[in-house]
Amino acid sequence: MKILVPVKRVIDFNVKVRVKSDGTGVDLANVKMSVNPFDEIAVEEAVRLKEGGKATEVVVVSIGPAKAEEQLRTAMAIGADRGILVKTDAPTDLGGVEPLAVAKMLKALVEKEKPDLVIMGKQSIDDDSNQTGQMLAALLGWPQGTFASKLNIESGSLKVTREIDGGLETLSLKTPAVITTDLRLNEPRYAKLPDIMKAKKKPMETIEPSALGVDIAPRLKIVKVAEPAKRKGGIKVKTVDELIDKLKNEAKVL
Amino acid sequence: MAILVLAEHDNKTLKPATLNVIGAAKKLGGEIHVLVAGAACGAVADAAAKCEGVAKVLKADNSPLEHQLAEDIAPLLHEQGKNYSHILAPATTHGKNVLPRAAALLDVQQISDVIAIHDAETFERPVYAGNAIATVKSSDKIKVMTVRPTNFDAVKNSGGSGVVNEINTATPNTLSSFAGQELSKSERPELTAAKIVISGGRGVGSKENFAIIEKLADKLGAAVGASRAAVDAGYVPNDYQVGQTGKIVAPDLYIAIGISGAIQHLAGMKDSKIIVAINKDGEAPIFGIADYGLVGDLFQIIPELESKI
Ligand SMILES: Cc1cc2nc3c(=O)[nH]c(=O)nc-3n(C[C@H](O)[C@H](O)[C@H](O)COP(=O)(O)OP(=O)(O)OC[C@H]3O[C@@H](n4cnc5c(N)ncnc54)[C@H](O)[C@@H]3O)c2cc1C
Repeated sequence: MKILVPVKRVIDFNVKVRVKSDGTGVDLANVKMSVNPFDEIAVEEAVRLKEGGKATEVVVVSIGPAKAEEQLRTAMAIGADRGILVKTDAPTDLGGVEPLAVAKMLKALVEKEKPDLVIMGKQSIDDDSNQTGQMLAALLGWPQGTFASKLNIESGSLKVTREIDGGLETLSLKTPAVITTDLRLNEPRYAKLPDIMKAKKKPMETIEPSALGVDIAPRLKIVKVAEPAKRKGGIKVKTVDELIDKLKNEAKVL
Repeated sequence: MAILVLAEHDNKTLKPATLNVIGAAKKLGGEIHVLVAGAACGAVADAAAKCEGVAKVLKADNSPLEHQLAEDIAPLLHEQGKNYSHILAPATTHGKNVLPRAAALLDVQQISDVIAIHDAETFERPVYAGNAIATVKSSDKIKVMTVRPTNFDAVKNSGGSGVVNEINTATPNTLSSFAGQELSKSERPELTAAKIVISGGRGVGSKENFAIIEKLADKLGAAVGASRAAVDAGYVPNDYQVGQTGKIVAPDLYIAIGISGAIQHLAGMKDSKIIVAINKDGEAPIFGIADYGLVGDLFQIIPELESKI
């Protein structure tokens, strides 16, 4: 079984973004960039399937700037076998190429690479859209197992447990299928130095979006980017009695 | 042109989030139709027809739709949705699962998590865990969007007089099937609709200790939430998680107990009316957004609060 894992270069989750003062976007200059955390979980899951003898090859793909090669190398250090970079010059500060166009490019890559499974993050922590996996599944006519917290592969089908608002739901899906990861699917390993070194020598292919025949012109125009309304600072109370008094008589929420 | 709203329901009752989405639809202008897809969901269709502002309910009532799988609902939205100017669903796990699949079939770039509507094609949505708000204008013919229920007023669930039209549904999909579920059972109000939410974090320390949070919640008739750390550690089930990648809440009162206040957590609760933070670390970032902070050991504070409140 071959697995394709898309990974995205995004702001590191520990960094708080700054909105540009002219309201055109956010400032990513000199900001630490990482693999989108959900994608890291996807890579880890695919690599575990390979280590467990269920998968034969793990291919990682990133659609983004030339520097996204760093994130592909990180994924290969975790254990992916090779990488494909679809190099675009779309501005990345508001999420880069839109989800629909990304899904179309991934579809073209799936048709070329013929994986049996695509495992990807449920959302990227920059534009927070939570769309690409569902869109890819739709375009391919494949089933989808979104927000996965458990994955069981059987022959010809798989069982996926999903985190939903009411609790957990388990679905049976035919393969090929698209899976999107939630936080509890696994805990990604830290790549060890020898693996980081090995990853540098793994095969990397760079292609242009035009090679995939997809129109990536945005459908959404960014009118403005602003900071959210700030909460006005509060106070510290000293005792439980004071807290109860404030909640009852000042805030009037009790 | 009319607006189509995907109803959130469990075949028995219409979920309140739907009322907020209908509220958002009213701001767009145009006739409002509601799609109720499920099995033996007649009562839900009738309830939707009674909601303020609803002109028509499309009822797809068919046993294979019982679990509302994306592979069945998205084609239905695709087929029905072509005749609408806007298709809306709540930004719940169900809406997030189904709507992008329908959007791709319609060749539309969906707009996720809409928090404000400027006009029929211009919307605000949070990005970067709500640390920036983007105003976007869509050039697609149909606008497909998930809506944050907490940002729009609910319409009344009475007074409407919509007609219910049965629609034929295609044959069930052969790609996916339901295999089971484990739903959290609770007598408490639903997290996203509660007036008071009491959340615990890693500081609570264990599943057993969470009982003190639950006791306080029950005294106040509140819902219980949690940080990701508390969920990951197994103190509470996944559906308690509040945050960027969990549930978005905006109650009148949010009490964060033993939660440090990471941006991913704040993204899910910072629109609450009043925020209280209880933490032993006076420097914890949660105090930066709390209206009332109390520094101290939660194991002393919470039982005292519970007994006095
Ligand atoms: C991709 C991604 C998505 C994420 N999504 C979410 C999300 O949706 N929601 C979310 O919550 N997090 C999310 N996180 C995790 C987030 O970054 C934080 O790690 C998490 O919120 C921390 O939880 P916490 O505050 O409970 O734990 P900690 O940060 O460990 O804080 C525990 C707090 O408890 C206090 N404490 C300890 N003992 C006591 C005591 N006896 N009395 C009083 N106070 C005490 C400490 O002072 C501390 O401030 C996400 C992270 C990533 C990478």
